[in-house]
Amino acid sequence: MSVRIEKDRCVGCAACVEVCPGNLLKIAPDGRAFVKRPEDCWGCASCLKACRFGAIFYFLGADVGGRGATMRVEIDGEISQWIFNTPDSPPKRIVVDAQSANKY
Amino acid sequence: MKALKRKYIETDVLIIGGGTAGCGAAIALARRAPRLRVVALEKANLRRSGCLAAGVNALNAHINPGRTVQDYLEYVRRDAEKIVRDDLILSMAERFNAITEELERMGLVFLKDDEGRYVARGKRNLKINGENIKTILENEVRKGPSTVVLNHVNATDLLKDKSGAIVGAVGFSVNFEEAFIVSAKAVLVATGGAAGLYRPNNPGFSRHKMWYSPFNTGAGYAMGIRAGAEMTSLEMRFVAQRIKDTIAPTGTIALGVGAKEINSQGEFYASKYGLSTNARAYGAANENYEGRGPCRLKTTGISHETEEDLYRAYLNMAPAQTLKWIESNEPPSKSDVEIEGTEPYIVGGHTGSGYWIDAGRRTTLKGLYAAGDVAGGAPKKFVTGALAEGQIAAESILADLNDIDDASSDTIERLAEPFVDSYERKLNRDESKWLFPLELEEAMQKIMDNYAGGISASYRYNEARLDVAEERIRVVERLVKSLRAYDMDDLLQVYELTDRLTVCRALIAHLRERRETRWPGFGVRSDYPNVDEKFELFVNSRLVDGKIQMIRRELTGKETVRER
Ligand SMILES: Cc1cc2nc3c(=O)[nH]c(=O)nc-3n(C[C@H](O)[C@H](O)[C@H](O)COP(=O)(O)OP(=O)(O)OC[C@H]3O[C@@H](n4cnc5c(N)ncnc54)[C@H](O)[C@@H]3O)c2cc1C
Repeated sequence: MSVRIEKDRCVGCAACVEVCPGNLLKIAPDGRAFVKRPEDCWGCASCLKACRFGAIFYFLGADVGGRGATMRVEIDGEISQWIFNTPDSPPKRIVVDAQSANKY
Repeated sequence: MKALKRKYIETDVLIIGGGTAGCGAAIALARRAPRLRVVALEKANLRRSGCLAAGVNALNAHINPGRTVQDYLEYVRRDAEKIVRDDLILSMAERFNAITEELERMGLVFLKDDEGRYVARGKRNLKINGENIKTILENEVRKGPSTVVLNHVNATDLLKDKSGAIVGAVGFSVNFEEAFIVSAKAVLVATGGAAGLYRPNNPGFSRHKMWYSPFNTGAGYAMGIRAGAEMTSLEMRFVAQRIKDTIAPTGTIALGVGAKEINSQGEFYASKYGLSTNARAYGAANENYEGRGPCRLKTTGISHETEEDLYRAYLNMAPAQTLKWIESNEPPSKSDVEIEGTEPYIVGGHTGSGYWIDAGRRTTLKGLYAAGDVAGGAPKKFVTGALAEGQIAAESILADLNDIDDASSDTIERLAEPFVDSYERKLNRDESKWLFPLELEEAMQKIMDNYAGGISASYRYNEARLDVAEERIRVVERLVKSLRAYDMDDLLQVYELTDRLTVCRALIAHLRERRETRWPGFGVRSDYPNVDEKFELFVNSRLVDGKIQMIRRELTGKETVRER
């Protein structure tokens, strides 16, 4: 389970470092964030939601069925757009409205 | 050896752990006594810490129309096979609905019907959009005029004065070379339960892809045990039935969509075992054990619309599961969802493990209160119950404060020094030592798994195995003492492991003491495979002179037999 940080997009604002419930994200000497122990990530996605630069993506470890897909989220007010990139199919988008409750 | 900067803080109330219960207490204190100084000390950041980090989909504990608080007690009593404290359940349940309405006022989104009433899920649940529930609580805590939030400080020990009262706590920054020494008139421990004692479902790269928060390491139990607080029901472990691999909750599919458990022979097996939480867990485990696995939740045939709703629901609480469905190209409408039992957790919000407390959430140590998953005797707290317990503890603290003298700050310095000294001694990387925390953590998890009823042992254990577990955990405890840390992050890992080992040792003693099998889904004592009426009681314990002393208490709480 883990997240990865895209160095080109990271501005080193440390918003992700601030929220990680496991204190796993740190700022490297180059001023960008990195995941100190990727295997210690719970997969809660708090860092993805905190990043305003879309620099963090989420993936499943192969041991829990990961096959190379990634997930990221773009948040605009109440609307979150989750974007799934899989190796062999076109990207899928799912929109979640913070004002609509779970029906199940 | 590194010298840590000492930061002294004086407050009226110290809350250790800013999760659900800790936030509940901070909010209640600020509303009732706006001038009272409150410090909420949190190892991560209140905004996204603890169980609620990813969000939740439902409030699992609410008194739905037509039901009563008494019904809730009956439900919990049945589910926990009688080992519950009525006073704790009732005092918590009578607050569920007021707390629910308060959450709505704070901004939590609920599913409502045309007439504006909450939509129930089953007998006790309400459907919500709980993705942001933790940020909502944090916003509310921040409104407290005399509340100080201290993020990124890991508490390690309680400070106990000569009279035996708790007068503060000590911890360290997870980022900077600083020790925090907090003196307080009252301390509330709300650090949640303990994950990571047993080898998890996914022991490799995804070792933290578990159900309970892997960052709740049992610190609150451990600091209480070390300070001599009485603990109850640690042997009532919690094994959750969760979605294979992602270990995501199943309630949304099982309760929400009505999907039933089915084995590989196409049999709906659940009714063979019963409906309690532990019977369900036992059902899946036993179907696998007897060769009829894998077990699944039958979701095939759900509509496309339901499927899209499920994707959104999981994104709001366990996003890994939505990714898994999409990535594997096995959507729930076309493939039943495989389930598995988790490794055992110690979690007083689902089962009964934790501090032995009175109805006011006072522990057996003067000045120390407990709420949420760290508090025992009251299973099935969930979000609303954890908030209720925080609120009850806050009210008791306010009632008790007049009787408490200020601890003089030079006493605090003296009390804290041995602990800070111990941080400094560990912060001294010695290249001749080759042990690392992860290595010893894996050793601990393997011992617990093999000898104290983990997954590989099909949750079974007996006296002879517990002997081995006890002896080997002691060896690991000795090795941990020699661990050294490069930096504060390393130090955090050393302390997390130390706390887990303290909990393991107490847990083994509890497993040994209850010579029966009361909750087969949570663990089978192979040498005593049946329920024994003699054990219709609480198994409690206390550390006295370095030894765990067992105490038996009647269901009313009265002490009956003290052993060893
Ligand atoms: C994945 C998951 C899903 C759930 N879903 C639901 C649901 O849908 N509905 C529902 O009603 N309930 C749900 N629950 C249960 C509910 O979330 C918990 O019972 C409740 O949050 C427990 O509150 P708590 O305050 O005891 O623990 P937490 O909220 O976990 O708080 C403990 C806090 O203590 C901090 N801490 C730990 N150690 C230290 C230390 N040494 N020093 C300082 N701070 C420390 C932690 O970082 C954390 O912030 C769920 C639980 C989990 C794990």
